[in-house]
Amino acid sequence: MAINIDSKIPEGPVAEKWSNYKAHQRLVNPKNKLKLDVIVVGTGLAGASAAASLGEMGFNVLNFCIQDSPRRAHSIAAQGGINAAKNYQNDGDSVYRLFYDTVKGGDYRAREANVYRLAEVSNSIIDQCVAQGVPFAREYGGTLANRSFGGAQVSRTFYAKGQTGQQLLLGAYSALSAQVNAGKVKLYTRYEMLDVVIIDGKARGIIAKNLVTGKLERFSANAVVIATGGYGNTYFLSTNAMGCNCTAAMSCYRKGAYFANPCYVQIHPTCIPVHGDKQSKLTLMSESLRNDGRIWVPKKLEDAKALQAGTKEGWEIPEEDRDYYLERRYPAFGNLVPRDVASRAAKERCDKGFGVNNTGLAVFLDFSESIQRLGIDVIRQRYGNLFDMYEEITDVNPGEKRTSKNGMDYYNPMMIFPAIHYTMGGIWVDYELQTSIPGLFAIGECNFSDHGANRLGASALMQGLADGYFVLPYTIQNYLADQSIWPRISTDAPEFAEVEKATEERIQKLMNIKGKRSVDSIHKELGHICWEYIGMGRTKEGLEKGIKLIDELRKEFDTNLFIPGSREGLNVELDKAIHLDDFITMGKLIAYDALSREESCGGHFREEHQTEEGEAKRELLLCGLLEVSGQRCYRTRAHQGASRIRSNQSTNP
Amino acid sequence: MFDHDCREGICGMCSLYINGTPHGKTERGATTCQLYMRKFNEGDVITIEPWRSAGFPVIKDCMVDRSAFDKIIQAGGYTTVRTGAPQDANAILIPKEDADEAMDCASCIGCGACVAACKNGSAMLFVSSKVSQLALLPQGRVEAARRAKAMVAKMDELGFGNCTNTRACEAVCPKCETIANIARLNREFIKAKLAD
Ligand SMILES: Cc1cc2nc3c(=O)[nH]c(=O)nc-3n(C[C@H](O)[C@H](O)[C@H](O)COP(=O)(O)OP(=O)(O)OC[C@H]3O[C@@H](n4cnc5c(N)ncnc54)[C@H](O)[C@@H]3O)c2cc1C
Ligand code: SF4
Ligand code: FES
Repeated sequence: MAINIDSKIPEGPVAEKWSNYKAHQRLVNPKNKLKLDVIVVGTGLAGASAAASLGEMGFNVLNFCIQDSPRRAHSIAAQGGINAAKNYQNDGDSVYRLFYDTVKGGDYRAREANVYRLAEVSNSIIDQCVAQGVPFAREYGGTLANRSFGGAQVSRTFYAKGQTGQQLLLGAYSALSAQVNAGKVKLYTRYEMLDVVIIDGKARGIIAKNLVTGKLERFSANAVVIATGGYGNTYFLSTNAMGCNCTAAMSCYRKGAYFANPCYVQIHPTCIPVHGDKQSKLTLMSESLRNDGRIWVPKKLEDAKALQAGTKEGWEIPEEDRDYYLERRYPAFGNLVPRDVASRAAKERCDKGFGVNNTGLAVFLDFSESIQRLGIDVIRQRYGNLFDMYEEITDVNPGEKRTSKNGMDYYNPMMIFPAIHYTMGGIWVDYELQTSIPGLFAIGECNFSDHGANRLGASALMQGLADGYFVLPYTIQNYLADQSIWPRISTDAPEFAEVEKATEERIQKLMNIKGKRSVDSIHKELGHICWEYIGMGRTKEGLEKGIKLIDELRKEFDTNLFIPGSREGLNVELDKAIHLDDFITMGKLIAYDALSREESCGGHFREEHQTEEGEAKRELLLCGLLEVSGQRCYRTRAHQGASRIRSNQSTNP
Repeated sequence: MFDHDCREGICGMCSLYINGTPHGKTERGATTCQLYMRKFNEGDVITIEPWRSAGFPVIKDCMVDRSAFDKIIQAGGYTTVRTGAPQDANAILIPKEDADEAMDCASCIGCGACVAACKNGSAMLFVSSKVSQLALLPQGRVEAARRAKAMVAKMDELGFGNCTNTRACEAVCPKCETIANIARLNREFIKAKLAD
């Protein structure tokens, strides 16, 4: 069955849509803005920039985050950079090229009208950030510096050391702070949104838990904006911060907001592997390492066993006993195969027992050959800070020579392993970034709009700030324009009481399970199931098994969870349990989507659908597809009676 | 209970006083989350306490309330510029050295170790890092003096102490901010006072 979804894509050629939209949208007059309240949940790049811009326009903004300060949102951890179509390097970049690369990179599964708009506003982001005092890297001549990222043919990535996310977020945070000072934004830190309140079919508020007192509180507004980031932590281990969660997004989903493309998750091949059972997060290292590093595992199983047992170290294994499996399997690309191919190949070797650390889940990345060829100084110049970071975490220095044999120097190899990094899927939004619930908007990583089946490097920061500074503050007005005639809704309304009661009951239910297993132990198990069966190589049998295992885990969670402490006051374990409750649902959603998507594309690889070279085999999905407002939508009946859609427009402009 | 999030030394959330120093001070600047157990010996007793300072009341166990830092930034830690279309980003050239120095000052993660280490509970290293970053860039230069005055006034109001140059802050800062920033802040502050 197909449903009718309106993406509200404006008329006209793709390059004129956004100008047309802005020229004809409704605006809110200044006097009415003062009467309108907007809730923004999240203070990452998307949330902070939206809250600041809306406040500056005159709306009253209530801005929430779970950390103790808005400046600590997960965006702070992004390293690499942010894209923009400035063409400062005169290398032939343009809005069209950035648009084209993004659509192509997303395997043609992104909504093109949104992506074009993203490319169009990208330049304003850089202007805005520079005006805020973001200290981007510069050339000696005083102009902004660029680097090329993620295999792009042009240099369009702006950066601030290896701390681009931090500097962009601090820029948005400073703009936000100015609005707090002006009295236009009220901050609620250490608050967690647990549900959305819908009145007469429109989002009119939220129920949030004050994480310090533990109390539930009600907040009403004329519109609600969700900017709560991605769901990568469903897999337990990921490069995301510990607190990243999908609870707010899932609460919208439960209330009927469509979720799109949940199975599109991005896996990054070069992370520092887990070294034991206690670890709860993975650290990302720049992919550039693959330019000069060679990836290998031992040829002989007994060597792998010795490495796993800790009786041998990588440098002790001679050249002839090393299997440079990427160079062997993909002679044309070698170690520079695309992210997903590199990740799957590493998992394949480890699954066969060739993993090189105590968990058996790691492969080597070796610089011996390049150091010998180029000298340690050149290599340190290129990767010195990454070597240092690696040494700090693992106590192993990849620049240290261990032995020489037969004219070959052997250095300490690094260990790497793929990890979940970013989620392209998310809450379905239309061109206005409005979800399928009127008055409920979603921006940043938590929506699905701009990256299709795969995201290009340095494009998430761009999307977060585009949504928050330049898109939502306009499009939300088209909705708010006729809302000012309604009186402020009181939080005493019965709908608020109802949702608050349901939320309290949900919490009580969790507290009352009083079983034996900790949140982390169940979460670890969920992560394991998802990684094994819903991870980078998916099959029909595997996905069905995964779904069955998640169902069993759901029962275990419902009957055997143990939350220490009490319902009242600050209880971190309780908050984690709520997150886990939603991660389990999310895991199932990912699995269902992956199962019904009979093709491989971007972050979704179905082993049944591959070419002879092991590449993704794309299919044109016809089953259940429907052409609606210029976009193809697909709907299956998902679990729990809710509906789920995919939208994959792939028409050319 | 203690605060933590990114586990990579960038969010500034973690905040433990370990064996008598904030972040358990290592040779190279590092946060609590970057201090590995291998730095200790088998059987060592490790003492863990929350940040101790008048400006940071304890919430529970090792969790403290650092919202005073947000209030200081709200008082003036920004350039006054509207979202919209500022001039092209390359319209004002900035010498590479200045941009790099501003970047170093901007590295502060707002963890509060400097305050916790200071016997006066002064927030000068934190405040001066933000003031320095913006004063070094032409975009922030315009409001530099006003900003310094507003932020220092807020800092005083919130109960942080005065700086007496003990340099304890610099020694524990995980991002290696230096007291050269404090000197720069003082210059801006005096300029603002003279203008009054
Ligand atoms: C290690 C790493 C490196 C990266 N590097 C790059 C890069 O170089 N370039 C690039 O473009 N992208 C990069 N990314 C991706 C990018 O950082 C993220 O996609 C982006 O920052 C997400 O921003 P956001 O505003 O959507 O969400 P976030 O920054 O995740 O913010 C979420 C906000 O929501 C709040 N929140 C969450 N749940 C709730 C709730 N229930 N109630 C209240 N508040 C809530 C949080 O407190 C937080 O304020 C990287 C990601 C990682 C993990
Ligand atoms: S100046 Fe250093 S110690 Fe102080 S808050 Fe900033 S990073 Fe932390
Ligand atoms: S947890 Fe983020 S800096 Fe330590």
